[in-house]
Amino acid sequence: MSFEPKIVGFLCNWCSYAGADLAGTARIKYLPNVRPVRVMCSGRVEPSFVMKCFAAGADGVLITGCHPGDCHYHEGNYKTIRRYSLLKRVLEQFGVEDDRVRLEWVSASEGDRYAKVVDEFVKKVKALGPFNGTKLLVK
Amino acid sequence: MAKLKLAIYWAAGCGGCDVAILDTNEGLLKIAEIADIVLWPVATDHKYEEIEKMADGAIDICLINGGVRNSENEHMTKLLRAKSKIVVAMGACAHQGGIPGLANLFTKETVLNRAYRETPSTENPDGILPVQRFSAQEGELIIPEFYNTVLPTAAVVDVDYFMPGCPPAIHQVAAVVDIIAKGDLPPKGAVIGASDKTLCDECTRPKEDRKVKKFYRPHEIIFDNQKCFLDQGIICLGPATRGGCGNRCTVKSNMPCRGCYGPAPKVHDQGTKFLSALASVIDSNDPAEINSIVSQIADPVGTFYRFGLAASYLRRKRSNEKN
Repeated sequence: MSFEPKIVGFLCNWCSYAGADLAGTARIKYLPNVRPVRVMCSGRVEPSFVMKCFAAGADGVLITGCHPGDCHYHEGNYKTIRRYSLLKRVLEQFGVEDDRVRLEWVSASEGDRYAKVVDEFVKKVKALGPFNGTKLLVK
Repeated sequence: MAKLKLAIYWAAGCGGCDVAILDTNEGLLKIAEIADIVLWPVATDHKYEEIEKMADGAIDICLINGGVRNSENEHMTKLLRAKSKIVVAMGACAHQGGIPGLANLFTKETVLNRAYRETPSTENPDGILPVQRFSAQEGELIIPEFYNTVLPTAAVVDVDYFMPGCPPAIHQVAAVVDIIAKGDLPPKGAVIGASDKTLCDECTRPKEDRKVKKFYRPHEIIFDNQKCFLDQGIICLGPATRGGCGNRCTVKSNMPCRGCYGPAPKVHDQGTKFLSALASVIDSNDPAEINSIVSQIADPVGTFYRFGLAASYLRRKRSNEKN
């Protein structure tokens, strides 16, 4: 059986979740690996959420939000950019490969873009193989 | 009242916690007044066998400093748990893994290689590494097994209380002795000898609206001795660290907080909490500029998780070949 990555997707309430909804109502086909979690803003995604996902067995984490300038809370997604940039450096030191975490902007009208982002991301994580987050080699 | 039976153990730590107990000075007399010490390797001559012969729960209180980094640490931590009614993880290493926990960014092979072959001060032409068992003329020698991952005490045994700090502040050691003497212990799992606020909250340095375009390490800048460190772009872990230490670094020593008191209440992963706090002071909305500001921070994991790596969500560097 081929490896099917488990991916947690954090989707912002105002743009990306609606974009994912649109992908569904428009019957766009895309890979089923992302488990969506609706958050009010991509800025709500604490870096510790991402760490917890990996420690709990996720193979990848996708964070999506409104395009810069479109945030419902004016600058939530700018805060996300800052955190994400620093988080990526921390994850690298933890041995989490670059392609396992991705930040993308998806608006409410971009159902097709959501599907494309998911498909691309799943393929990349699939190529990396499973993440070794739940087994801790103590000895 | 019968005297308490007290054990103090030194596992994977530097021994600074033992010194912190000694530093209570005449406070030691109070400890001797309320308790009989049944084990304290740094100060008394009790043997492990004496502990092994005790009935389970025979020790009233056991203070363990140091995490678990080898088989001896694991054996003694488990043994003392079985023999003690109350186990206190004392100091940053027992609480969060501490400085030894930073070795979790490497494998045990890398650590041994570095320590015994690569360091400039090492003379080891044959490249000999420690082995667990060695047959000498006099018989077989056995040393504890060195582990790949450092763990805080609570990852190995059930811990009743946590007492943070590297080392715990002297006034807090005295406060904890007081609590023990009065039998006035809080609910299980509590952090004792610390406050429920962040260090930042207790710090007296005036804070302004911080906007940072450049980060400095303390030696890279001549900084203002009064102003908030973060306002000046110097990384200070105050916003994400539990208070109660008496601001011994930020106020008394004029140095930024390194985070030894561990995460604030109800926080699991200190490093990512600090990451959030630090990211929010970056003064830019442009991804390229943000990246260049962030790239000024040397060793983010070693800085944000200086004491908390082994207790974080991921606990160590992972890789697919060997985690």
